[in-house]
Amino acid sequence: MTSLGRLETLLFVAAGGFAGAIARHVADTLAGSLAGTLAANVAGAALLGVVLSEPHADRLSTETRLLVGTGFCSSLSTYSTFALETTRLAGVTVAGLTLSGVAVALAYVALTYTLGFGAILAAQALTRGVIR
Amino acid sequence: MNTLLVGLGGVAGAMARHSVGDRLDSTRDTLAVNLLGSLALGVLVATDPSASTLALLGTGFCGAFTTFSSFAFEVVRIAQDGAPRRAAGLATLHLAGAITAVAVGGGVVTLL
Repeated sequence: MTSLGRLETLLFVAAGGFAGAIARHVADTLAGSLAGTLAANVAGAALLGVVLSEPHADRLSTETRLLVGTGFCSSLSTYSTFALETTRLAGVTVAGLTLSGVAVALAYVALTYTLGFGAILAAQALTRGVIR
Repeated sequence: MNTLLVGLGGVAGAMARHSVGDRLDSTRDTLAVNLLGSLALGVLVATDPSASTLALLGTGFCGAFTTFSSFAFEVVRIAQDGAPRRAAGLATLHLAGAITAVAVGGGVVTLL
């Protein structure tokens, strides 16, 4: 946060947050909430992986990191909606849990985690390959 | 109209997350926003909100306040730093904590 003032910093975060939330909403609308959230989370992880990966990270300006990383990627991806969808799939709010519901919920978690962590690793590998 | 509300909620959510992030260290602030945001979303959906309220506060604010990308990056980094069990623990803590937060938020509204 070298030369940026507090207001400028917030404006970059806000602009990225505006675009990221809308992009996630569009994905939900196009693909349905489960697939849309999954796509938004994996895409957000991949892009953040690129932004934060060494040695790339040092070449990006503070403005870019705030706008794309803190603002866009973190708003495009979401944990609260992911958790809500998982509880709905499992039927946690209902007293009688169905086993198939729990299995589907676990599969959704496994898919999100695997693709999300994989996206970070792929972004790191890609970034290092391109820059070096 | 709802798209604009999602965007405005996203602005507030991202700025709120950033201000939390200024005060706590990275791993703890991500956990804090994810648990707080999940609790808030659990409360919100249990109140049977209108579509525009859900767009502004749910998809927009809670969605942007919480983050999967920073969480995933932290888990991968901790695993790469030679602590895979700590990484797995963090991944499990977010999941169990957020699911509990959603359920507690909804449960509180149901009880009131």
